[in-house]
Amino acid sequence: MSKNTITETKLVKGLKTKFNKQITEEYVEPNRIKISTSPTNLKAVALAIKELGFDQIISQGATDYPDDNLFRVEYHAICVSIKKFRRIMFAIMTTIPKNKPEIETLLDIWPSVEFHEQETFENFGITFLNHPRMERLLLPEDWDDIPPLRKDFSLPGRD
Amino acid sequence: MQVVDQGGDKMVLHVGPQHPGSGHFRIVITLDGDYIIDAKPDPGYVHRGAEKMAEYRTYIQNIPHLERPVIIDATGITLPYVLTAEKILDVEPPERAQYIRMIMAELNRIISHLYWLAIYGIFLGHSTMFMWPMGDRELFIDLAESIGGTRVTFSYVVPGGVRNDIPGGFKERALKTFQYFEKRIKEYEEIFFNNPLMQSRTVGIGILKKQNAVKLGITGPNLRASGINSDTRKDEPYCFYNKIRFDIPVYKEGDSYARCMVRLRELQQSMDIIRQVLDRMKPGPIKHVIRGVMRGEPGEAFVRTEAARGTMFYHIVSNGERFPYRVKISVPSFRNLIGMSHLLVGSRLADMPAIYWSLDYWPVEADK
Amino acid sequence: MVTDPTLNLLVGKASDLFANVIEKNVREPIRYLINWGRLYSLWPVHLETACCSIEFGAASGPRHDLERFGMLEAFGSLRQCDILVVQGTVTRKMAPRMKWVYEQMPEPKWVIAMGACAISGGLYVDSYNVLQGVDKIVPVDVYIPGCPPRPETLIQGIIELQNKIRKSKV
Repeated sequence: MSKNTITETKLVKGLKTKFNKQITEEYVEPNRIKISTSPTNLKAVALAIKELGFDQIISQGATDYPDDNLFRVEYHAICVSIKKFRRIMFAIMTTIPKNKPEIETLLDIWPSVEFHEQETFENFGITFLNHPRMERLLLPEDWDDIPPLRKDFSLPGRD
Repeated sequence: MQVVDQGGDKMVLHVGPQHPGSGHFRIVITLDGDYIIDAKPDPGYVHRGAEKMAEYRTYIQNIPHLERPVIIDATGITLPYVLTAEKILDVEPPERAQYIRMIMAELNRIISHLYWLAIYGIFLGHSTMFMWPMGDRELFIDLAESIGGTRVTFSYVVPGGVRNDIPGGFKERALKTFQYFEKRIKEYEEIFFNNPLMQSRTVGIGILKKQNAVKLGITGPNLRASGINSDTRKDEPYCFYNKIRFDIPVYKEGDSYARCMVRLRELQQSMDIIRQVLDRMKPGPIKHVIRGVMRGEPGEAFVRTEAARGTMFYHIVSNGERFPYRVKISVPSFRNLIGMSHLLVGSRLADMPAIYWSLDYWPVEADK
Repeated sequence: MVTDPTLNLLVGKASDLFANVIEKNVREPIRYLINWGRLYSLWPVHLETACCSIEFGAASGPRHDLERFGMLEAFGSLRQCDILVVQGTVTRKMAPRMKWVYEQMPEPKWVIAMGACAISGGLYVDSYNVLQGVDKIVPVDVYIPGCPPRPETLIQGIIELQNKIRKSKV
């Protein structure tokens, strides 16, 4: 444990004692924390992270892994109101199977996630349950292909 | 604009995508008399699929098309990409390159804020405030052009450093421009910011409270106008922002006027930063040359920087190939969009332009 | 009733001569006058499709000053506009809207395709959501290359369009 990551390690330790074995520490670097959890625990973990002071979502996205047949959904939380946490970006990762791409929305914990989840929905076809506006945002109304950011969608002329 | 009669007193008004203001964006407004009771943004008119295209290009080929979403602030959007790519490619740029990057980033911030100010002048029907910032913006474009080579799309920051060194005599020209522009800022204040007409249209209009700004994920100058002292250049310094002394302008009011004032003060602050950088800069190499094809280690990196509109975020996943496996861009305009519908609800229709453009929403950036 | 073929020939020649005189002395000046009137009061639609709009704005600014070439500022209703400057990329979502805007403009109307994206898709040649060339949906009079074109290039494009208008039929 280097001197730069004292706060970060402390934060992860606190979460680990709270959630026991339900969260995995991916890595802890200066200013960066990444943990992973299961989709069922995501909401509880997110709530705990918010209560620590990470009050904004800076990014929410997904990555397609066709070989493992899963999507990796990531939330990146930042803190703007508490000075000592402002330098840290907190990433929460979870994986969901590709044949049942559904996950509970975090809209009631972080309202800032609203458009991000809509974007992930249209780009990957991941449905966020209980999201009030699970509809297209950026893609045209007449889009009838598979969601474009999936790996099996290839760009015209680049097969 | 298209009007749908809802029956009764309510009326639905479609503003855009062709409207006198910033185009390429539609907002569906429901009106009760003169008051807006619902505002539903409809972005996506400039969605070009930059994230997907990035998966088909090498790290260096990605730079030109990733800066197109916000060519007013080209360095603001390419710098975080390059910083993320450098983490994956594991290269460290030389010291001088870092300083030149800061100069370009701050010049671009000024260019972007002046463009915003010019359009805001038009939105409030103040033609002089279109002409003055547009004219002064050309001076800063000249400075940036002498470094980057083109007027707006520089593609100047590359993994490992910057493309070329700054030209001789840049410091003198820059200081001369700053000296002139500092006088102009005072004139801007006199004719526009202290103008009672402008103030009556912006003071107390579209108030974004502190807790709402945090809750909705508002970023950049809009967040700082609501009384939160958060700026990535201070919070998590990149380049050499930790070696530079500067203050972040913060206003408590949270109204449209405060958002304007934050940007006006940032013009001054950016010039101060460039002055200090020019003093600290020493001659040296400007690029760490990477031989062969750039191939990242398998892994991922995420980086944020402070662009003109707020915090720009990149998340790149690499699987060791020439192309990135996934590039996720989170742009400030996209995150500020949620604030627009929040602010418009409850305000009058006539206040819409003043609120809308005070957020500095750039649709091309939000749509990517 | 005139049946003499010589007379018929004479009448035909006379009417040809008359038409010629009209064409030269009346219609040509009127055509010139109408085209001259249109030349220097081009009113563009305020339809921004992508990032080239920044350079369009810069061209309206004091340094480049489009107005001195007879191109007015992009304000007002499209019902009084006669020129559509397609400012950059047209996406699949924007394409039908742009066609509606074009159809609502009164005749005569001209279209300028500004920037590489409007001409052929440009940088976004392999994008899934970009129309590869705006001339697929509206007829284009002048193409202005560049990504984005400099304001000087835009001005030259407008002068080219004015040359075209000067020669156009009424």
